[in-house]
Amino acid sequence: MIDFGYTLTKDRQLDYDHGDFRYFRFVKALEPSIDLCIGCGSCSATCSAAQFTDFNIRKLHTVIRRGDIESIKAELRKCMFCGKCQLICPRGVNLRNLILAMNRAIEQLG
Amino acid sequence: MENTVIVIGGGISGMTASGMLALQGMKVTLLEKEAETGGHVARWDRLFPDRKKAAEVLDFAREGMKNVNVVTGAEVTGISWHDKGFTVTSGIMQPASSVPGPESLIANSGSLINEIAAGESNYTARALVLAMGFDLFEARKKEEYGYGIYNNVITSADLEEKFKSGKDILTSEGKIPARIGFVHCVGSRDEKVGNLYCSKVCCVTGVKQAIEMKEMYPSAEVFNFYMDLRMFDRHFEELYYEAQQKWGVSFIRGRLAECAENPDGTIILKTEDTLTGKPLKMTVDLLVLLSGFVPASGTAKIAGMLGLQRGTDGFVNSADSHSMNNLSGIPGVFLTGALKGPISISEAIADARATALLLADYLKSGKP
Repeated sequence: MIDFGYTLTKDRQLDYDHGDFRYFRFVKALEPSIDLCIGCGSCSATCSAAQFTDFNIRKLHTVIRRGDIESIKAELRKCMFCGKCQLICPRGVNLRNLILAMNRAIEQLG
Repeated sequence: MENTVIVIGGGISGMTASGMLALQGMKVTLLEKEAETGGHVARWDRLFPDRKKAAEVLDFAREGMKNVNVVTGAEVTGISWHDKGFTVTSGIMQPASSVPGPESLIANSGSLINEIAAGESNYTARALVLAMGFDLFEARKKEEYGYGIYNNVITSADLEEKFKSGKDILTSEGKIPARIGFVHCVGSRDEKVGNLYCSKVCCVTGVKQAIEMKEMYPSAEVFNFYMDLRMFDRHFEELYYEAQQKWGVSFIRGRLAECAENPDGTIILKTEDTLTGKPLKMTVDLLVLLSGFVPASGTAKIAGMLGLQRGTDGFVNSADSHSMNNLSGIPGVFLTGALKGPISISEAIADARATALLLADYLKSGKP
């Protein structure tokens, strides 16, 4: 490939038709309550890590559903497992186990 | 003359009101412009949230109407008031082609005049119940959603009709849809079509129909594109929960911006997934538009005849939306059902019963 001194930028669009859903299926099998999220943001509002970083747990499990795994790999490390998100979730989503499941998915699927 | 009532509109509201009035000993005439009573409910298969057969609700209403004089095919053409009450004139409409006339008229009847008044009838009563209901939003007006342009874009009413037929639901190419999208708020909460209001029942309809598609095709992926999910009534939130937990329906918060047709007939959608803050593109095999409510075509005409106030949304205003919601402000004229704005079937039934009760009291006391 000739270097013209510039490159094409990948668009920001979530392309659902070409998403990688292996991670979502893996996580859902370990923690089915992922389906119950209503996107209220209680989890991310109460999140200890979010007070100091741009970690957003609410967004994390929505992104994984959309098959866009690359953008969250580095994010997972920011969780401190305090469990406040899980205490506050109005739908009873087991968020702490969800983070563990996401970590396991990345370990096993790369 | 004492206990006479005319009900205009033979949907679930008019049917329930007329039945309840007849039960109280009134002489009731129900005028319906279509060939059959039943209105929109007659076109539904199963109802939210408990999946009751719509036909059962209509049967129940009809059961109570045995003593009601039902006149179908009757379009109201005039209303006059006098000291004894009201006289409603209705034209019995029939197809223009069935009426002998000058050849030019017959030749043009398909395009110029579809229906001709075959004769007029007058009905006199002491009180009127207006129950003109609503029309479905014409989904074609949201041209960017492709209804009437792309074969695999249908409305929630079309889907209900398909459920009612009992046949498999297939794409226009005859395939089982592997991915189905539901678009909420079509014609509602949208200044671009002139409707700022929420149509209230489309959200739960979308959830109900999403579940029904999953029941029919468990391996299909179903997506609901919404702005808010307004699960306002008892058991609705539970239905939403069931759609997520039991059926794995995905809810994507974002209003459909536009769609286009692929060469194979599938539909490509563009929206923003507002919870991740990213634009999203997705191909679906079938797209269902949840059409909202608009005032019925006859509402403006009849409200005009009586000089009733309508809101900027076109729905009729009652004397007071809290405490006098069945009264029009004109003694003897009562309002019931969806002509006052979007409501569910159970609300329409409750409203019709309230109307009947207040009307009976009016006829006894002479006061609204």
